Amino acid sequence: MWDYSDKVKEHFFNPKNAGAVIDANATGEVGSISCGDALRLTLKVDDESEVILEAGFQTFGCGSAIASSSVLTEIIKGMTLDEALKVTNQDIADQLEGLPPEKMHCSVMGREALQAAIANYRGEEWKDDHEEGALICKCFAIDAVMIEEMVWANKLRTVEDVTNFTKAGGGCAACHEDIEAILEKVLAEKGEKFDPTAAPVAAPEKIAAVKAPLTNLQRIKKIEQVLESLRPSLMADGGDVELVEVIGNTAYVNMTGACNGCQMAAMTIAGIQQRLMEVMGEFIKVVPASEMKKLVNIEVA
Amino acid sequence: MADIYLDNNATTKVDPAVVDVMIPYFLEQYGNPSSIHKFADGVARGLKQARQQVQALIGCEHDSEIIFTSCGTESNSTAILSAIKAQPDKKEIITTTVEHPAILNLCDYLEKDGYTIHRMPVDKAGRLKLDAYQRLLSDQVAIVSVMWANNETGTIFPVAEMAEMANAAGVMFHTDAVQAVGKISMMLQDTKIDMLSLSGHKLHAPKGIGVLYLRRGTRYRPLLRGGHQERGRRAGTENSASIVGLGKACELALEYIEYENTKVKAMRDRLEQGITGQIPHCFVTGDMYNRLPNTTDIAFEYIEGESILMLLNKAGIAASSGSACTSGSLEPSHVMRAMDIPYTAAHGTIRFSFSRYNTMAEVDKVLEVMPGIVATLRKLSPYWSGDGPVANPEQAFAPTYS
Repeated sequence: MWDYSDKVKEHFFNPKNAGAVIDANATGEVGSISCGDALRLTLKVDDESEVILEAGFQTFGCGSAIASSSVLTEIIKGMTLDEALKVTNQDIADQLEGLPPEKMHCSVMGREALQAAIANYRGEEWKDDHEEGALICKCFAIDAVMIEEMVWANKLRTVEDVTNFTKAGGGCAACHEDIEAILEKVLAEKGEKFDPTAAPVAAPEKIAAVKAPLTNLQRIKKIEQVLESLRPSLMADGGDVELVEVIGNTAYVNMTGACNGCQMAAMTIAGIQQRLMEVMGEFIKVVPASEMKKLVNIEVA
Repeated sequence: MADIYLDNNATTKVDPAVVDVMIPYFLEQYGNPSSIHKFADGVARGLKQARQQVQALIGCEHDSEIIFTSCGTESNSTAILSAIKAQPDKKEIITTTVEHPAILNLCDYLEKDGYTIHRMPVDKAGRLKLDAYQRLLSDQVAIVSVMWANNETGTIFPVAEMAEMANAAGVMFHTDAVQAVGKISMMLQDTKIDMLSLSGHKLHAPKGIGVLYLRRGTRYRPLLRGGHQERGRRAGTENSASIVGLGKACELALEYIEYENTKVKAMRDRLEQGITGQIPHCFVTGDMYNRLPNTTDIAFEYIEGESILMLLNKAGIAASSGSACTSGSLEPSHVMRAMDIPYTAAHGTIRFSFSRYNTMAEVDKVLEVMPGIVATLRKLSPYWSGDGPVANPEQAFAPTYS
């Protein structure tokens, strides 16, 4: 069975705010019964202050769907609607101390129910903006629909292209056969043939590699430049990275936003380090800034 | 009470008597069966005996028709790939929509290579239509592969009859019998079945050992070529301890086959009747009148299977589910979809599968906790209100797709 955190189990076995709120004035219904997960979120919102006074959920779904619903109601109670709209699915997953990659969609369903309920309160129509496909890359939780869209949009031709644009396939590599199947399918629709040896399309913002030994200032500037180029893909997931300090060949960074506390943070850091080394042509170690403090403390002591 | 294991179609406990016969093959008779010294001189005899024990259980004519493999999946792949390799001009395969992924995913793969795959549908009780099958049989078909009994519902297919029909049309017939062997009697020599797969861990032998039965004279091409083991039909050093264990397990299965069809069946029936009698809005899936004695698959409407399993697990009870969530896929079990079970029920299916190790006291314990588990989850369900489902559930709750 899944390796659920204690927090997920706690919210599943003892869910908070189960059932519909009586006199609710906002309702959001999302999910898909074919996938086996569906959620109705009901809220009682104070009309003056727009503060969420009560929240209740009714969920048809698995352990993590029920836990995500439960923790969502706990997070948003007492928030204003504007504050609640800033809650991301990563916030829900973080409160649950992480979810297995196959189950991240449960946290997405929570955020969407919230958006739908707020839209309902405000008399707006909520439209779902994403479609979910079969999970392909289990390391980075990338599904088939996402890969297909990127292949279409960016004229991708090889597995390497797909990894450069979506991260899919960049971890354990077990999904490369599935990625090739998607490439074959999409390219066939475009009247082309999949060729595994095709030259890669331009990776997003390639930065010229440098050869000569760097001064520390040059190194910092170069690192900033590389981080800048990686930023769009991190921000697409609701995260960001900031350079805190460079000491010798070690770069200390802060993972912020959704990256902070994300289970993938360690992998993302490894990816950043790989990229830095490729561009700079020298060994660079990327370390979370939190570990820098520890080092300083030891020196002071 | 100790934890209750009702997931015997997934895998079984190794019988202690099986473990006992295996141990000497790890510690004393560990020589390679091909070697000429005293560390190996008993191994060939052990393998021979195991072959005869398997032969007795499935009722085949010769012990040389038994090929030991590593698992049921290897046996299935070997059978189908052998048939198409031996008959390169035949480009069609007949199977069913409810086979195990070991067959279905292989067929999907062969389809990409240009094979035409006929996946026969089933009706709402999981049954095949034999007249439709008859029309598919032709000299273009390389092999028919139909499971003997379904792993989820226990529904039994008429494989003996289907093998006769295939044989009359000159088509090879394979059956994936991993769920059936040891649970129902069989006498292969009286049938026209050409190949059959079985798996040790489904009948109290260890994991990692399987058998492909290959009727003498059936055209065959090995999957693994190399050494002379299994008469060159499956190369690779014999897994002697597991083979001997499987032999013992087959001997025990034959001894207990009567027990399986009386005492084990009685436990299954009592659980099934108890649940469907006490809990509203649940039903048994598959062909109730023609299925394995140890299996019941019950759909609990308006709740989801993984949640049920988690609460059962907390109560010390192990079972399994056909919901999408338990496998991390986007669809409920293909078997439930093939039987056209509505989504609100398909995601809530729970399979209880028994073995000779279960007891009536365990059945009573499950009956004690099950109504509470279902009620707890229905309280959370948007399709449920008070004591029953909301009126027109599918209209009353129609979420935006996300």
